[in-house]
Amino acid sequence: MSATKGLPADAAIGGLAAPAATPAWQRVLLVLLGLGAAIAPLFVLESFQLFQLTMAVIMALAVLGLNIVTGYNGQISLGHGAFFAVGAYCTAILMSHWDWSFWATLPVSAVVCTALGWGVGFPALRLGGLYLALTTFSLAVAVPQILKHKAIEDWTGGVQGLFLVKPDAPAGIPLTADQWMYVVTVIVAGVCFFLVWNLIRSRIGRALMATRDHPTAAEAMGMDIADLKTKAFAVSALITGIAGSLSAVAIEFVAPDSFTFGVSITLFVGMVVGGVASILGSLFGGLFVLFVPNIAEAISKAAPGVIYGVILIAFLFLLPDGFAGLLRRIAARLRGRG
Amino acid sequence: MMLRRRQVLTAAGVLAAPALARAQEAPGVTATEIRIGSTNSLSGPLSSYSVISRCTAAMFRRANDEGGIAGRKITFIVYDDGFQPPKTLEQARRLIEQDRVAFLFNTLGTATNSALQRYVNQRKVPHLFLATGADKWADPQNYPWTIGWQPSYRVEAQIYAKHILEQKPEAKIALLYQNDDFGKDFIHGLKDVLGPRHDAQVRGASYEATDPTIDSQVVSLQQSGAEVLVMATAPKFAAMAIRKVHDIGWRPLSFVANIASSAGAVMNTAGAEKGIGVVTSDFRKDHTDPAWADDPGMNEWRAFMRQYVPDGDLADNNYTLAYGFGRTMLQTLMQCGNDFSRENVMRQATNLAPFEVPTLLPGIKVSTTPQIYRPVRQMQLQRWDGRSWIRFGRVIEGANV
Repeated sequence: MSATKGLPADAAIGGLAAPAATPAWQRVLLVLLGLGAAIAPLFVLESFQLFQLTMAVIMALAVLGLNIVTGYNGQISLGHGAFFAVGAYCTAILMSHWDWSFWATLPVSAVVCTALGWGVGFPALRLGGLYLALTTFSLAVAVPQILKHKAIEDWTGGVQGLFLVKPDAPAGIPLTADQWMYVVTVIVAGVCFFLVWNLIRSRIGRALMATRDHPTAAEAMGMDIADLKTKAFAVSALITGIAGSLSAVAIEFVAPDSFTFGVSITLFVGMVVGGVASILGSLFGGLFVLFVPNIAEAISKAAPGVIYGVILIAFLFLLPDGFAGLLRRIAARLRGRG
Repeated sequence: MMLRRRQVLTAAGVLAAPALARAQEAPGVTATEIRIGSTNSLSGPLSSYSVISRCTAAMFRRANDEGGIAGRKITFIVYDDGFQPPKTLEQARRLIEQDRVAFLFNTLGTATNSALQRYVNQRKVPHLFLATGADKWADPQNYPWTIGWQPSYRVEAQIYAKHILEQKPEAKIALLYQNDDFGKDFIHGLKDVLGPRHDAQVRGASYEATDPTIDSQVVSLQQSGAEVLVMATAPKFAAMAIRKVHDIGWRPLSFVANIASSAGAVMNTAGAEKGIGVVTSDFRKDHTDPAWADDPGMNEWRAFMRQYVPDGDLADNNYTLAYGFGRTMLQTLMQCGNDFSRENVMRQATNLAPFEVPTLLPGIKVSTTPQIYRPVRQMQLQRWDGRSWIRFGRVIEGANV
């Protein structure tokens, strides 16, 4: 908790000061580099690696959602796997029962997850810190069982889950299904990252951080804390829900077993490793939670969990403020030299 | 003239080439190697099942020590999926697209295998002898590249129904079932055998896995006047049901699902005396059963375990199960001759002439045809005598549906 409160406070100051200090040509260069890095894999990677990268971007988007509520607003959630699951099921149900196109399911999934996030956000007003963490955790534990319930089994497919089909590239675009899925994911995630970036640097973003760092002072300055907290939860659920929708089509299958409470923990790990209250850090977090378990397994098949744990501890020891913190330190050093 | 002859020779060479090259160029197969891939839960809550792939890996090692298959060594790659379906798909794609395995063998779990069933069938990659008890893998029309192995719950229920028809053809049957896939497989199994008589003859009562007790279900089933009781229940509920049935003085011919037949966890919990006469079924030999102390099949398995899995717990019956998976896979490969193309591997996997596996009960044969994707579909009944399960009668085969 103290780390959450202490670290991002100065991070935010750095983040706010930085854009003013960066010349325009550097920002354009950064954007171009980013675009290049996003497009290059299409031509470089084989379809399996592209699929892995697609999943990493999806996880990054889900981590971004969690970062809004936990990183920027200081409300610990261990239940974001539930929003991820609900988003995935919205898309899966609409696509497999009513043959909707993937794009059409996105707004529905966004609305449903926002509403759910709003609903969860209300009790969050009364519960602080660890109690909120436990409440959201129970949500994550409950969702897989609710999905199996016989009352909604006809929709959710029960234990068997639902199958759906990846959207094909539109006629005229010479891309395979895997390549097109990557493009779709990057576009959706890119838009979300951009919007969140704007949100965080706006008046509301500063209010979110003020609420996190010093609620009493924030309230004294006229901020409606209750309103901010519920809205933060809603937006956060929306982003994670959209990531869930993307994952449903990328995997082409949803089942309760895909959304155990482990997903929530994975997202939390991604957020902490990537950097609490950092947008770019979320991207690193997504890459970490997807690729590091594979690395752990390559080192030891007998106890991959132990190796993963050791790597995780090593990371937290070497980069106590996540990847984002490392980048900040490098940037600060460069700027200091210049 | 010379030129012409050369052209003819070249043409002949081109025509002959595919036949020669095919065995060499099949995915995952070279002149010296056959690559096989699998996923298992090496980490996570179900990692106790990882002994299955330890055992099959050791069997391939033994086959390699004995000279390999058609001069080729088997490379068996197992990846961890932590029992998460999305991870299973990722690992399966890694195996097929990056490691270029010839096929997948014995991937673990029902939801996990569901996640990759369509992918492997689109790619036409054999998806063989899955480590799961679900019935849905026997679907050659829709998923010709996927085949299961062990008797499903549905087959088990068919076997009970066949025995009931022999013993008490007119009796009313009470079915106590858990309201999930497992319980529903039992309904289907009874229907398969009873056919149109099912609705008149069977009275069902369901419970949720979260229910605290099933007393009311047992009482209402007794009042239906049934003389036969089939319990498609998890172990905890089987113990409750057996005790309750005894305590209310009901004496039906009782069947309990194989997964809920543990002597320690179910029968002794219910009260060893209260369960006398209850029937279940099995297809494996049990290492601790004195009847198999000097059995040649079990001794072969024990010798293998001593040499290749020296620290393995012999009492863990996943090892005897895995021995069956591995034996079936090796039989398929031996049948392939020199052609390890995916088409031929699948053809051989679905054309297994009946053979016995050392760790399965005598009389139980593994066999497949292109129509029957259920390699093991026989079980033998056994009755509780107050101390242990006593096998009786002949081996019974599930219905062909």
